[in-house]
Amino acid sequence: MTSVSVQHLDLSFGSVQVLKDLNIDIEEGEFLVLLGPSGCGKSTLLNCIAGLLDITGGQIHISGKNVTWAEPKDRGIGMVFQSYALYPQMTVRGNLSFGLKTQKFSRAEIKERVSRVADILQIQDLLNRKPGALSGGQRQRVAIGRALVRDVDVYLFDEPLSNLDAKLRTELRVELKQLHNRLQNTMIYVTHDQIEAMTLADRIAIMRDGFIQQLADPYTVYNRPTNLFVAGFVGSPGMSFVDGKISGDGSTFTFGNVTVPLAEYDGDNTASTSSDVKLGLRPEHTTVHRAAIEGKTVVANLELVEALGSESLLYFIVEDQRISALVDADEKYEQGSTLHLEFNIGKASLFDSATEERL
Amino acid sequence: MSDATVTLEGPSGPKPKKYFTRRNLFLYGTLIIISAYYLLPLYVMIVTSLKGMPEIRLGNIFALPSNITFEAWGKAWNGASCTGDDCGPVSRGLRDGFMNSVIITIPSVILSIAIASVNGYALANWRFKGSNMFFTILIFGAFIPYQVMIYPIVLLLGQVGLYTKLGGLIVVHTIFGMPILTLLFRNYFVSIPEELFKAARVDGAGFWGIFFKIMLPMSLPIFVVAIILQVTGIWNDFLFGVIYTKPGNWPMTVQLNNIVNSVQGVKEYNVNMAATILTGIVPLVIYFFSGKLFVRGIAAGAVKG
Amino acid sequence: MAHTKRPSQLFRNMAAKIAAIPMIFTTLVVFVGCTGWTVVYSFTKSKMLPKKIFETTELFSIPTPSWLSDGSLDFSYISGIATKNFVGLAQYERLWNSDRWLLSIENIAIYGICSLVFTFVFGFILAALLDQKIRFENTFRTIFLYPFALSFIVTGLVWQWILNKDHGLQQVVRDMGFENFNFNPIYDADIVMYGILIAGLWQGTGLIMCLMLAGLRGIDEDIWKAARIDGIPMWKTYIYIVIPMMKPIFATTLVLIASGIVKLYDLVVAQTSGGPGLASEVPAKYVYDLMFASQNLGQGLAASTMMLTFVIVVVIIIPSIIRAFGGKKNHV
Repeated sequence: MTSVSVQHLDLSFGSVQVLKDLNIDIEEGEFLVLLGPSGCGKSTLLNCIAGLLDITGGQIHISGKNVTWAEPKDRGIGMVFQSYALYPQMTVRGNLSFGLKTQKFSRAEIKERVSRVADILQIQDLLNRKPGALSGGQRQRVAIGRALVRDVDVYLFDEPLSNLDAKLRTELRVELKQLHNRLQNTMIYVTHDQIEAMTLADRIAIMRDGFIQQLADPYTVYNRPTNLFVAGFVGSPGMSFVDGKISGDGSTFTFGNVTVPLAEYDGDNTASTSSDVKLGLRPEHTTVHRAAIEGKTVVANLELVEALGSESLLYFIVEDQRISALVDADEKYEQGSTLHLEFNIGKASLFDSATEERL
Repeated sequence: MSDATVTLEGPSGPKPKKYFTRRNLFLYGTLIIISAYYLLPLYVMIVTSLKGMPEIRLGNIFALPSNITFEAWGKAWNGASCTGDDCGPVSRGLRDGFMNSVIITIPSVILSIAIASVNGYALANWRFKGSNMFFTILIFGAFIPYQVMIYPIVLLLGQVGLYTKLGGLIVVHTIFGMPILTLLFRNYFVSIPEELFKAARVDGAGFWGIFFKIMLPMSLPIFVVAIILQVTGIWNDFLFGVIYTKPGNWPMTVQLNNIVNSVQGVKEYNVNMAATILTGIVPLVIYFFSGKLFVRGIAAGAVKG
Repeated sequence: MAHTKRPSQLFRNMAAKIAAIPMIFTTLVVFVGCTGWTVVYSFTKSKMLPKKIFETTELFSIPTPSWLSDGSLDFSYISGIATKNFVGLAQYERLWNSDRWLLSIENIAIYGICSLVFTFVFGFILAALLDQKIRFENTFRTIFLYPFALSFIVTGLVWQWILNKDHGLQQVVRDMGFENFNFNPIYDADIVMYGILIAGLWQGTGLIMCLMLAGLRGIDEDIWKAARIDGIPMWKTYIYIVIPMMKPIFATTLVLIASGIVKLYDLVVAQTSGGPGLASEVPAKYVYDLMFASQNLGQGLAASTMMLTFVIVVVIIIPSIIRAFGGKKNHV
């Protein structure tokens, strides 16, 4: 069943159109991540769903109700913000119960809900403290708690982990995933961090300039990015792009003096509008050999080695173009040496240089 | 580079500090001379008010009083030894003016801050069509010389029967306090993270709920700043006081000016200075006790737009 | 529940609109309405006030509207004074032919230029001195700023006393043996504006210092560190690096000082009562006297409209010149 449905949504500020004819359906219990660079409209879309921004056109349905004109409090949503947005003068308990008090819940009900949520998030000990006395991670836990006490169908997260340091972010990410597994509510999560997106999402919507570029599960997004933008945005270390020509029948890709056969390619080799294409290769899909294998490898000059700890990222120059490869850290290569690369074309992506779409 | 054995020759440890450098002498010397210029009037006011008239006539205004007397203070506060009501407001002393100023200042401060804080909050968080236009006019209005508006306001107050009444003056102070206070509050509320406001909306609080439960408890300092700004400003006002009240309702500044600059009778400089101190004492006390908040208030008030 | 009809735009956000009513009233009725009224009526013949209402009382040092003996006031008189008898620019012609008005313009120009220059320069120097990480900074700042807490009336009266020709500064210096020492600005028509300037600077420089100090503090500490490492002398750092960075705060203070100058009124009333004679007449006082004492409303309205014109020039035109000036520099 559809939990949140956005239909033909338009939003403009004066003459600036921020979102245009945007459609998205989110299933009940789904964890959807809105991913994109800053200014792509992802937070704006979330604010529209929350009712914090008045939309210019289209409709929003939540749990089967048309809430396009409804106040935020009447939409059946809870929301967590990047800056936590805890009310500084209230205790944690006050923060958790403020919304319930405003909506005239009974004392017993409020107490019951607050203690249940405090149990879930393990913040029982913090209930009488003020936000100023909490660490960043504790604050964000309280902020999540404030959304949970509302006991609603849909939770919205607006970059909730961005203000935390790297270690804490990883911990809370796991907790959020567990929380979703446990509650099975619909969650819409905005982030610019692709690792968060990949780890948390059931589906990822990648946005740019107010448009959804691709809406798919993390595996598909990673392995079959719909266009050049998605391919470049998702994945770290990032994909290498090689400019070259595709043969008329789509059987080979040529750059400089190198020709790569495309027989294993997973896609439509012949869909290109012209012969100009880009070959996208993820670092882990390029294998490094010390000796050439006839017909399989290309000669590459190792320009730079970047040690990442368990792995090393190698930057090669092949025919004046840069290709990177990920290898085990124990494999030692000499900077400046000549090596041989094998591409896993089955995992690679080809993009039409003109339309930037994947073939 | 030297070898590994460290010798303790040459500079080592903390750099010796010289207190009497040329720079310091110049710096502090200048500051002290300028301070003298700033403190001089305060000093002269106080010494003069503590002297008797004969001593003033013969002596030096900078000299300390040989006989300290508080006679002038009593006279300034209670009025001259004049009998009955016929001596008029001039010789009545500042007591009445003080009471009038209190009666004018307190409601004006409360009213103007109440209105401006809610208004600033509406402008910061609940913008509506045209709200920014009104705000722009309001800020421009702060620059319009009062002289341009005083006469029509006389007519308006007359229409509603408030002309010459203290109530009318309170309305005038509330109106002319609006631009600066609205700006002050708007800028403060804009600086509060918008997400806090959004969170409260999701929690179901409305315009007044968010104002009283979320915003107000967070903005005590800015209210103190506003109170300081308004008490000082309204207490020190002269122009509105002289135009919109009648002699019995005069605020302290107007009465002070008429006591000191009265063309009648012998000038009693000690009484004049005592009266001047009495009038200046309220804002001065506020200034010395509020310190940084006062500075913040005038800085916030002055940096417009 | 789905709404069937979109709520009317007028009633959306109703509480905010109600909260804004005082602002809307102030802007429309007072700032726009009253200003408009004054400008419009400055083109009329509105003239003599009936003597029996606005009788100036000699008892008081400044002309005060004096009311009928029982304290009541018949408003039909006052309202009747303003006539809709339009006479074109006649009031302005008379105004600019009036020696008194011309004198007030000359005075405010002298006071204004000196005040602008000295407040600005002294304010900056004081701020720079206080910015040297000195001890007792708070004490010094408190001293420089306290006059700003005092009213112009108090300021004027104190300086009137200090500059008193029989007992004040002049006499003290003479008593020290300099028999021919002359310094009595408030009794000398030629230099009376400078006497007022001394008091005005005393009252207002502290504020400008405070703003400039805030501006100096807003400058990135690293700039000073970089200048120190590069061995640039302090005065050079100020002139070539710091001052150009402070343009916005300079613009603010300029506008502030200028709009304060136009309002100059209380200080003159307290310190000299416009004297000697009319030697320290200023526009704001001229307006007041013509409106409420000289029974010449039309002249008062025309004069106040001229003040408004000046402020529009100062608030709108000067900042845009500065902006243009600053803009040019950035392109070089």
